[in-house]
Amino acid sequence: MESIDLTLIWVAIIGLGIFMYVLMDGFDLGVGVLFPFAPDDESRDLMMNSVAPVWDGNETWLILGGAGLLAAFPLIYSVFLPALYIGVFLLLAGLIFRGIAFEFRFKSSASRHWWDKSFSIGSTVAAFAQGAVIGAYIQGFEVVDMKYAGGAFDWLTPFTVMTGLGVVTGYALLGATWTVLKTEGRTRDWAFRMSERLLLGVFGFFILVSAWTPLTKPFVYDRWMDNAAWLWVFPLFTALVSLWVWRSIRRRHEIIPFVGSMLLFAFFYAGILISMWPYAVPPDYTFWDAASDPGSQLFLLLGVLFLIPVILAYTAFNYWVFRGKVKPGGGYH
Amino acid sequence: MELDPLLLSRIQFAFVVSFHAIFPVFTIGLAAWIAVLEALNYRRPDPVRQKLSQFWIKIFALVFGMGVVSGIVMAFQFGTNWSNFSYAASNFMGPVLSYEVVTAFFLEATFLGVLLFGRDKVPRGVHLLAACMVALGTFISSFWILSANSWFHTPAGVELVDGHFQVTSWLQAIFNPSLPFRFSHMALASFITGGFVVVAVSSWYLLRGRNPRSSTMALKMTIVMLAVATPLQLFVGDLHGLNTLEHQPIKVAAMEGHWETKKGAPLVLFGLPDSSAEKNHFEVAIPYLGSLILTHSLDGEVQGLKSVPAEDRPPVAIVFWSFRIMVAIGLVFILLSWAALVQMLRGRLSESRRLLVALSWSYPLPFIAVVAGWFVTEIGRQPWVVYGMMRVSEAVTPSLTGGMALATLIGYVAVYAVVFGAGVYYLRRVILEGLEPIETAVDDESARPKRPFSALNTGFDRETQTTGS
Repeated sequence: MESIDLTLIWVAIIGLGIFMYVLMDGFDLGVGVLFPFAPDDESRDLMMNSVAPVWDGNETWLILGGAGLLAAFPLIYSVFLPALYIGVFLLLAGLIFRGIAFEFRFKSSASRHWWDKSFSIGSTVAAFAQGAVIGAYIQGFEVVDMKYAGGAFDWLTPFTVMTGLGVVTGYALLGATWTVLKTEGRTRDWAFRMSERLLLGVFGFFILVSAWTPLTKPFVYDRWMDNAAWLWVFPLFTALVSLWVWRSIRRRHEIIPFVGSMLLFAFFYAGILISMWPYAVPPDYTFWDAASDPGSQLFLLLGVLFLIPVILAYTAFNYWVFRGKVKPGGGYH
Repeated sequence: MELDPLLLSRIQFAFVVSFHAIFPVFTIGLAAWIAVLEALNYRRPDPVRQKLSQFWIKIFALVFGMGVVSGIVMAFQFGTNWSNFSYAASNFMGPVLSYEVVTAFFLEATFLGVLLFGRDKVPRGVHLLAACMVALGTFISSFWILSANSWFHTPAGVELVDGHFQVTSWLQAIFNPSLPFRFSHMALASFITGGFVVVAVSSWYLLRGRNPRSSTMALKMTIVMLAVATPLQLFVGDLHGLNTLEHQPIKVAAMEGHWETKKGAPLVLFGLPDSSAEKNHFEVAIPYLGSLILTHSLDGEVQGLKSVPAEDRPPVAIVFWSFRIMVAIGLVFILLSWAALVQMLRGRLSESRRLLVALSWSYPLPFIAVVAGWFVTEIGRQPWVVYGMMRVSEAVTPSLTGGMALATLIGYVAVYAVVFGAGVYYLRRVILEGLEPIETAVDDESARPKRPFSALNTGFDRETQTTGS
């Protein structure tokens, strides 16, 4: 096993899994964030039906993230979760309330507005908590003897509040551009208007995080200022893609805004990983410190290498079955 | 009084896992039932069966949704409250839970979309495939989670190196000694749970003269299954008990209320176990029967609780009573299903109103039995998290304070109260609404107001008419 670095392979797999989660649950959480602002009830029905067949599969990537971290990087699992104890509860409570809203909303009549609130507040809280997790990762953890040794609210700082709000805005952008892709008429027109504003917001948060992180983390500062100049292609591309998405929204293009927004997320994601590399549990532990036994990594790798492509294939099939615009009366009714 | 994070974490875990467990136990049986209906319907399309399937898919979707959201919580409980255990056991637990996700969860979640919303969008064969994949997913999932769970009870294929479990044999660890018994016991429990819910709802309809054809069809299919599954469960349960006796004799001693190690042990029918006095009050027992059941010999030696120090014993009373509740309900199941089978074979099921009333009230029993069974096995495992290798007290998250654990415990209880309350309310509503009409009215625009592809269904109807039955 000397020749193959299993840990590096697992960074790639878990990285892919979390990224899949961010993209896919990102847009369906975003639909929830935007829910109260939709023009009317029919738009809300359409928006919910556009994600109803896929949200469950999307959320499964989160469970893979959790289980995969336990398998490949147990230190991350056993430090992040205790450190983010309250935040994780908020995340899960949010996901529960939005998840049950799918089934309950369409079976209710008088109480429907409660499930609308359950869906939108749950989605927003879950999105915020995920953003705060990213912020907490950048911020680092107090770890003694491979165990979390800090307090219950160490994770809650102005910085993590900002990353939390940033992710809420980002997911809302994904949700708005997804709605553009999946709906017609006034719902789509409204989604175009929202996309435009949200893109500005996302770009604002991008600037804010990019400035704030290096100022509080000297090693991130050094990486961007002293080391490789090629790193700067990432912010450059981010700006160019933002411009591209902006123009496509103005021209009322239906596909590019969604694809472009996903691309933006890819750059943000890569930017964070590059800034933090090779730390899994900052400030002290790298991915290699956090890794599980090579035997365990290998045992799971053998299955995953075969199964992930299969999962991607039938996930693609599912999206293909439900391709195109959602029509009134389809899905739940 | 200082809040104890260990005790609160145990209560929290027991609460969230018990709450979660009732949903998959139900959906595993129900998914199989739907797959069978869809398969039969694929071979010989029948509008009655299709409505029946559509009705149960609606119920399935509700219950599955609650199972999914409460299941996500489980994926993080180990880390939030039991991080020392997670870290120590990650080499085994991580890959096993990950295999559950990649072999089962994605399968269920993805094909559920097609099953629920795709009937009009995909060819019939693909819809059947989706139903089968969902059912298969629920089974694969239970295999992995029960493998992990069984390993807590009968750890194998690992060695402890500096407080860290290292896997020495994946085969032995995954297929650890109690897995075959636990898996069979739970699989049967799932069929029995799903079966009794279907039987209860169908009996209720029949008593009110609603959906008579589909209800009779559902009753007949399910009663035959239950008449086989319920006695088989008694047999499998006995084997599971013998396996526990071999690997966790102290758990069996708690189940049986045996304090002293002796030959020719009695079978305690009733008693109030008292852990401080180390005896049962008001004991009613049948001599020698305990040894006969456990060792299959009248004077076989049965190990008692007092053979180990008090700190190595589980809480006795709750294990003792949960076990009796589970067994009693199991016997009621055999009685009910055989009574129903006899009446069915005599062709008098629909006239047996008292039996139908009893069946219509049977639906809470399987859930009580399942939770009681989990109490027996999991509380019986105490004070160990990994039997004989790691104590529960060593497993808890070190940074966790009593206040944090209490706050989230209250939070989960509040959230689940809403989920469960609303879930039961909407389930009741779906059941009261009943099946979409086919047996009484002609299929006109009032039956399916918003469905855009109703032509497809009409086609099915015509097809059956020409096929005849």
